[in-house]
Amino acid sequence: MSLLEIDRLNIRYGEQVAVADLSFAVETGESVGLVGESGSGKSQTALAILGLLPRSATISGAIRLAGRDILGASEKVLDEVRARRVAMVFQDPMQALNPYLQIGQALCQILSTHGLASGAAVRARVIEMLRRVGLADAERQFRAYPHQLSGGMRQRVMIASALLGEPELLVADEPTTALDVTVQAQILELLEEVRDNTALLLITHDLGIVAGRCERMLVLERGRLVEEGLTTSVFSEPKHRHTQTLIAAAPRLDRGAMLAPVEAENILEIHDAEVSYAERGHGQLKAVQQLSVAVRAGETVAIVGESGSGKSSLVRAALGLVPLRAGQVVFCGAALANTVQSRAAAVRSDLQLVFQDPVGSLNPQMQVHAIVAEPLRVHAPGLSRAEQVDAILDKVGLDDSFLTRYPHELSGGQAQRVAIARALIMQPRVLICDEAVAALDGSVRKQILELLRDVQRETGLAILFITHDLAVVRAISHRVLVMYLGRLVELAASEALFTRARHPYTQALLRAVPVPDPTAAGGYASLSGEPPSIISPPGGCAFHPRCVHAKNICTTTRPSTRVVDDVTVACHRADELLQPH
Amino acid sequence: MLRYALLRLLGAIPTLLLVIVLAFLMVHAAPGGPFDDERVLPPEIEANIAAAYQLDQPLPQQFLQYISGLLRGDLGPSYRYRDLTVSDLIGSAFPLSLKLGAMAMLLAMLVGVGVGTFAALRQNSLLDRALMTLAMTGIAIPVFVLAPVLVLLLAVHLHWLPAGWSGTTGGGRFILPVVSLALPQIAHIARLTRASMIDVLASDFVRTARAQGLGTRTIVRLHALKPAMLPVLSYMGPAIAAILTGSVVVEEIFGIPGLGQHFVRGALNRDYTLVLGIVVFYATLVILLNLIVDLLYGVIDPRIRQR
Amino acid sequence: MNALGRFWSRARQSRAVLFCGGLLVGLVVVAMLGPFLSPHNYLQTDFNNILSAPSLTDGHPFGTDDLGRDLFVRTLLGVQVTILVALVASAVSLVIGVFYGAVAGLTGGRVDAIMMRFVDTLYALPFIFLVILLMVAFERNFFLIFVAIGAVNWLDMARIVRGQTLSLREREFVQAAQLSGVSFVRIILRHIAPNLVGVVIVYLTLTIPQAILVESFLSFLGLGIQEPQTSLGALVDAGVNHMEGASWMLLIPAALLALILLCFNFLGDALRDVFDARQSR
Repeated sequence: MSLLEIDRLNIRYGEQVAVADLSFAVETGESVGLVGESGSGKSQTALAILGLLPRSATISGAIRLAGRDILGASEKVLDEVRARRVAMVFQDPMQALNPYLQIGQALCQILSTHGLASGAAVRARVIEMLRRVGLADAERQFRAYPHQLSGGMRQRVMIASALLGEPELLVADEPTTALDVTVQAQILELLEEVRDNTALLLITHDLGIVAGRCERMLVLERGRLVEEGLTTSVFSEPKHRHTQTLIAAAPRLDRGAMLAPVEAENILEIHDAEVSYAERGHGQLKAVQQLSVAVRAGETVAIVGESGSGKSSLVRAALGLVPLRAGQVVFCGAALANTVQSRAAAVRSDLQLVFQDPVGSLNPQMQVHAIVAEPLRVHAPGLSRAEQVDAILDKVGLDDSFLTRYPHELSGGQAQRVAIARALIMQPRVLICDEAVAALDGSVRKQILELLRDVQRETGLAILFITHDLAVVRAISHRVLVMYLGRLVELAASEALFTRARHPYTQALLRAVPVPDPTAAGGYASLSGEPPSIISPPGGCAFHPRCVHAKNICTTTRPSTRVVDDVTVACHRADELLQPH
Repeated sequence: MLRYALLRLLGAIPTLLLVIVLAFLMVHAAPGGPFDDERVLPPEIEANIAAAYQLDQPLPQQFLQYISGLLRGDLGPSYRYRDLTVSDLIGSAFPLSLKLGAMAMLLAMLVGVGVGTFAALRQNSLLDRALMTLAMTGIAIPVFVLAPVLVLLLAVHLHWLPAGWSGTTGGGRFILPVVSLALPQIAHIARLTRASMIDVLASDFVRTARAQGLGTRTIVRLHALKPAMLPVLSYMGPAIAAILTGSVVVEEIFGIPGLGQHFVRGALNRDYTLVLGIVVFYATLVILLNLIVDLLYGVIDPRIRQR
Repeated sequence: MNALGRFWSRARQSRAVLFCGGLLVGLVVVAMLGPFLSPHNYLQTDFNNILSAPSLTDGHPFGTDDLGRDLFVRTLLGVQVTILVALVASAVSLVIGVFYGAVAGLTGGRVDAIMMRFVDTLYALPFIFLVILLMVAFERNFFLIFVAIGAVNWLDMARIVRGQTLSLREREFVQAAQLSGVSFVRIILRHIAPNLVGVVIVYLTLTIPQAILVESFLSFLGLGIQEPQTSLGALVDAGVNHMEGASWMLLIPAALLALILLCFNFLGDALRDVFDARQSR
């Protein structure tokens, strides 16, 4: 008898089918990956196992836990199963922990509700569990509120709460999606370490995570199970077309051709940029400091960093959306005014931006044709616009039927195409993409990246591409800028960066990215800790508290940026540490 | 936290000053003096009266005198009740109004939060819909419509409860006034509680708690009640103001000799000093109560407490 | 205007909106036309028919008051006055509130901080008492009623408009327009104003019953509309004084007042549901 058996599970919302005829099993102690794009029904399945689906869902089939059907069981029965036999780790640790409750209080309640401990033993066991998941100062953290903890720490607390009841099955729904890549590696390692004989059902959109962490895997497409098998065999011989598409669309950090450097004039230069914000009660928050970078015509420069690294602030300052406190933005040899309002309209249209949230970047009250044509009204009033709009929509792969749609009638990928069309219609020289594919599914992401490549090849567009995803970087960029706490860490050609990274942070970052191939290495947590607060960065080299190579000088003196073999790097030990990746 | 409290207390001073200035100016800019409608007095007597009430001095002077009196707790003499000061009148009438208001507020909180939570846990059921339609009706009907209709029904026709105040004793006479005052607030608080409780119950952290098998009672008590109370808490300020306003009407309708009745009588009799005094007193009360509500936020929300 | 049209096309799909809106429109039409159908007018006293109960046969369907005046005509007049006062007062608060809120939201920074600090200060005032004071001091001036009620009600509107404007200004589509070189004026007209329409209409619908409440409260205390003019609040006041012998004098205007307030509240609530649903899509 399997630990968990799902038998012809169907979940519907009215006419909409979320999960259709899904059957699979999980055995004691094994780890199974459940993979799919958004809307594939993977989270719905997880919620169904714990009886957490909303009342509006129509459910049929069977969910058997050690032979006993718990689908449609009473809340009382389910409450005995939850935490004790099946526990869950949710995606966003900030939302999933109660902000009004000390974490110790919340955890103690689990033990007392299920009668697992009483009296002083409750607190002792919670503290012991907090230690196990790596909260160093567990006695003190016991009284902390979630907002006082970092994202990674919160997810550790979440895992602690799931393991307190010593469940037989742990369901983890995208447990690391909200976290930075170095923290993601730590959390995945922790999950593996502490679960002992608890079976793991790991739900994710990231093939890399499954490849590195799961023995078996299941692939969902629009609510249906399309492939199932040992992880190694699914990756080596994917049978279903959808699996093949998913694997092909997953960008890989460890292989694939890289783009050769572009030889051309600099078109946009940022010199010694500094951006800071006034923070209430904290003085100045220095988001970007002493940073210089340039992009050439026809070139893509990727800007990489974890949250709080200042990458968005840097490009927003270049666009004039936030003021530069010091430094200069030079476009085609001429310095630009500090704010977008004081720049000439002609220059403005040469620098365009594509945002992360495709739907949010379109005015909900305007139809697609009006959205795309708006820049034309400003720059070429009176000219026939319809033709140009048609042409540009055609170029981004949208037909005439989209002209009269409103943004809420578009899918994420379609909306992003509209946003790109709006940015491209004035034929800009520089396009800045701020996490422009982060909200999109793998296959759609690949299409958008290809679209950008095509436009670049045709028009010689320069692209500044902000992303946290290094695998995407490898596929599209000529050069890469790595940032940490507002400063330049390393700036190098893709080829140099991916084969012989010089900075210890870049090296750790590369090692932390999971590779969608069970036979390749990747997803290591070679970094401990998380990026410190940008409000009070450490002295010396800002990276030294997490750096395994840190020496005395790193704690006292900030390394200056210097050029070693065509690579700009800020590390005292850049010469000694070069190691082939 | 203490620093925050002190800062807020200081911040309340300009508001209070603004009320006093506005109220003072309005009263003194009023066309016609306070004694106009009495029989014509010889000019010298009129001058005496003016001097006695310091009406012969320039306005800024009068204002400064009023403020300095205020600081000593002296709100000046009443124009109508010649033997009494405004402070005496407030001192004798306020305790009764306070008792009424406090009872109404307590009733509104207990019943409102209870009904709201009850309805939220049965979202979209028939009972929920019925309760919320009732609550909307309760919000829409003003106290001065509700109170007389209740009297007509429960006192005049059914004789269950006393209709008026004078001539009756015992707790029974409190029931109709307190219920009339509380009902609209019960309705408001119930709707607010229901809406915020539904939001909180749909939040991710409640889903986490459900996944931990905590059960509805524990989830509401430990996880949901505190955050669901925040919108209710921010409604406390307006609720206090509404109950004060309502008490003016209720005291008038039931003939209760409280501060509200003094206020209406004073307003209709043009007893300017009395009306001015009561407005200043009410303003201070409302501002102080609002301040306390603000500080209560910090007690509930740890993120605010840190400031 | 496009935004208004789109708002309406969504709003009319809600049965609650149609029902409450229709009821209100019907009530206003009856209140406007009704007095012409009656042989009486609102001033005419009939001392043979003092405090006579409602009856269709003697031509007083709502009965008469203590001066023998026809309550049907007076009640309809009361509805007219109440709704007129509420509409004008709400218009006052709409204009002030939208203007103030939009300026604060669009300017931002220190100006916004100062403007909102001022609103916060006013919020803390027990306004209704100042309004009473105003009515006492200035002799129940009809015009002042509008000013007084408008002055109470614009604060909410200002806060809401400012909050919306501020968040719209930060929205990515506004930044995209800025980057395309769209002018400030055009950004306001094309990107900010149309997205404000919905929320302004919703809160306007909720402001009207508040204005009705303030007016009828003042009239009830004898500080608002003065005889021989009347409003629903004044009629309720008169009704309270005669409720033990002539309960119709209380119950009819009280029921009408409650009905109007209920309709506006339900309408506002239903519109908010429609609007929120669209916002979250």
